[in-house]
Amino acid sequence: MPVTELNRFTLPNGLRVVVAPDPTAPVVGVSVHYDVGFRSEPQGRTGFAHLFEHLMFQGSESLEKLAHFRHVQSSGGTFNGSTHPDYTDYFEVLPSAALERALFLEADRMRAPKITEENLRNQVDVVKEEIRLNVLNRPYGGFPWILLPPVLYQTFPNAHNGYGDFSELEQADLDDCAQFFDTYYAPANAVLTVAGDVTVDQARELIDRHFGDVPHRPAPVRPSFSEPVPTSELRGEHLDPHAPLPAFAVGYRMPDPINELDGYLANLVLAAVLAEGDGSRLQQRLLHREPLVTDINAACGLFGPFEARDPDTFIVTAVHSPEVAQERVLTAVDEELDKLAAAPPSEQELAKVTARWVAGLHREHDRLIARTLAFGSLELLYGDPGLVHQLPERISAVTPDAVAAAAKALRPDARAVLTVTPAGGDQ
Amino acid sequence: MTSFRTASEIGRTELGPRPLPALGVQRSATGLSVQDTVLDNGLRVIAVHQPTVPMVELRLRIPFAGTDPLHAAVAEVLASTLLTGTERRDRFAIDTDLALVGGELDASVDPERLAIAGNALASGFDTLLDVLADTLTGALHSEDEVGRERDRLVERIAVARSQPSVIAREALQRHRYGDHPFTREMPDAADVAVVTAQRVRELHAGAVLPRGSLLVLVGDVEPADAVARIASALAGWASDASAVELPPLPELSGGDLLFVPRPGAVQSQLRLSAQAVPRTDELYPALQLANLVYGGFFSSRLVENIREDKGYTYHARSSVEFTPSGATLLVESDTASDVTAPALLEMRYELGRLGVVPPTESEVDTVRRYAVGTLLISTGSQTGLASQLAAVAAYGLGMDWLVGHPARLAEVTADQIAEAARRFFSPPRYTGVIVGDVAQLPYLSALGGVRAE
Repeated sequence: MPVTELNRFTLPNGLRVVVAPDPTAPVVGVSVHYDVGFRSEPQGRTGFAHLFEHLMFQGSESLEKLAHFRHVQSSGGTFNGSTHPDYTDYFEVLPSAALERALFLEADRMRAPKITEENLRNQVDVVKEEIRLNVLNRPYGGFPWILLPPVLYQTFPNAHNGYGDFSELEQADLDDCAQFFDTYYAPANAVLTVAGDVTVDQARELIDRHFGDVPHRPAPVRPSFSEPVPTSELRGEHLDPHAPLPAFAVGYRMPDPINELDGYLANLVLAAVLAEGDGSRLQQRLLHREPLVTDINAACGLFGPFEARDPDTFIVTAVHSPEVAQERVLTAVDEELDKLAAAPPSEQELAKVTARWVAGLHREHDRLIARTLAFGSLELLYGDPGLVHQLPERISAVTPDAVAAAAKALRPDARAVLTVTPAGGDQ
Repeated sequence: MTSFRTASEIGRTELGPRPLPALGVQRSATGLSVQDTVLDNGLRVIAVHQPTVPMVELRLRIPFAGTDPLHAAVAEVLASTLLTGTERRDRFAIDTDLALVGGELDASVDPERLAIAGNALASGFDTLLDVLADTLTGALHSEDEVGRERDRLVERIAVARSQPSVIAREALQRHRYGDHPFTREMPDAADVAVVTAQRVRELHAGAVLPRGSLLVLVGDVEPADAVARIASALAGWASDASAVELPPLPELSGGDLLFVPRPGAVQSQLRLSAQAVPRTDELYPALQLANLVYGGFFSSRLVENIREDKGYTYHARSSVEFTPSGATLLVESDTASDVTAPALLEMRYELGRLGVVPPTESEVDTVRRYAVGTLLISTGSQTGLASQLAAVAAYGLGMDWLVGHPARLAEVTADQIAEAARRFFSPPRYTGVIVGDVAQLPYLSALGGVRAE
């Protein structure tokens, strides 16, 4: 991506701001990242961070229920929000004439969201339908993001289901909401990003006008979610009433994405060497040369890269025919990791990965909303939105030896294997 | 011990509610340079210079209809093996050549067309074209690759057919169009299992044709240069025959919804559909705006009713589907089993209400600005513009249609939208399907207009 000039500043109330002017198209992106995700939700309230994200759309002091959606859309824009392990984001992309309106909407709910019993009950129902749609009523629902963590991790923040149990969602009350908001939704615990058709001066003035009087509250002390690496192979099984074929996910611990970034990037490259494209090691072998699987993938992070702090997960997933024993596929994965550990990948293999990564970043960040969110999440997690521009170079600098070392660290005696077994009668 | 405010304390400040800021002045998008031409081999090429990132986005659409009962199965295997080897490159060499220029190519097929989508760093545009040309003119569809892809397809079809959304889609297609070739979006596993490499090669020779096909290229290349490089790279792809268009679909008429039982379902899929008009029709802009008011975006009557008021669903929407000979409206929602019938009642209620309580001035303003703004946003990226342009150009339109559409939307009057609402959203015009737990059938039957399979 052409390098965008990045301006960072912090308001007196602690709100961190990133402004990235780019006049190419007459549109702007606005996002707010709050430093709280489902790893921070209280025990007994699984799914609460995501439920609370829904409630932030339900009105605020100046905005009746439904007004947020109507104001964004009647300005020609789109909106959404999403809950991640370590943060929750809210965003709009709009024609640039609506910039002030978007800032007003975000400031109003940061200052004074209106959370009512009626809206809470309505959104519990909506979230339950979301879970039925994405998890309960479909094959491989929650695979692997809900199913793998409880096998790999031992502590509540890392292991629990971020969508939540229905019974715990139903128990959520207004006091839970108030406590969660006051604790985590302070301006000092958030990052505001404005990107696109705006000047720095114009953005600064509008941001001061709308966010300047959001009262300061101290940001909470962020706990460490670290826990020991497994010392044996951990196993779990999930019976899926809708799945037609067996599947499994292997989860490994990996370097701290924030404090060991180069090691983390070596794992990103390793994932691509293993399973990105027909020529990758696992696809070439398991899909084409000795076809054992229907699908095989490798990835960093349960939701993709640069989404979480430590601990983060390296994942290999496969779907295969019932005639193929899981052990055969797992053995093949281990053999390919051993080969890479013993003999580093070729320069050409890395050149392929690097060029695809660079192209993929260009392509993704060509969409204003993706660019806005990347600046915001990297400011939040790394304190450095400019990392967006450095990533191609940092990824290109990963050496074959670093990839070999990453492969060597993925050991069978320190991982989790989650098996999905078809258990339906609906075929 | 920290003390927390109550929810009602959080929801108010000393200053009280504040006024919504007015919209500022909107700058318009800068013009893009475009070439829209037909090459000697009959391929229409549209090239747009959009240098936002140093990439190129390519979309190739080849009309690919067939009436042979095995067509869908052979076509699916053809798409799966198109990029698996030529005389010059085996499967892995194709992947390597593309990867080294940050490129990808992907082939897919539906009852209307074979679609190839790709992208690469702009510096690798010639490589992307070379691999594309090589596969279009020289794909081997070897016995080995056909055998492996056939086996994988059988498994993938089983996985896809276990998805409730796919079950609902297939049921809707059969209910709307019987056994028209348009309904064969996914072949039967048994048909795929008997596809031979010979059949695939015959189909490739007879149907992967430039004449009547469309190539859209958006990116960091001057249009005239892009067209010249495409013409040169694809010069060897030639035939006097034309790619085969799907026969016209019958007009939809209203009728009973078909109930399809799905054991173990905890949610129901509701899908309603009626005949509409395509983008080339003068009524289309009014239809587009009326559809937005009904269920085409979040601030629509349907979503505000069954999601935000009643909590029946997470997902509800209506959209216009474009077909070879026209267009249809599709209304869809997935709801908890025990509110299936209440949700259907509300969907029908809102259909009727759109005609008899026409969109208000405020609703009209909202949908108009939304339609114009989202077009601006979605065409602001190379991927968005390439996909939008390919979608409209496949039905004979071009860049000028996209550029001129905001003006068309601006001219639609509230009366025209009200008329489109009465004409296209009248409940008796609709047919459709419901997939779900059979225990819901008595309630649906009590509402009427629903019958069991």
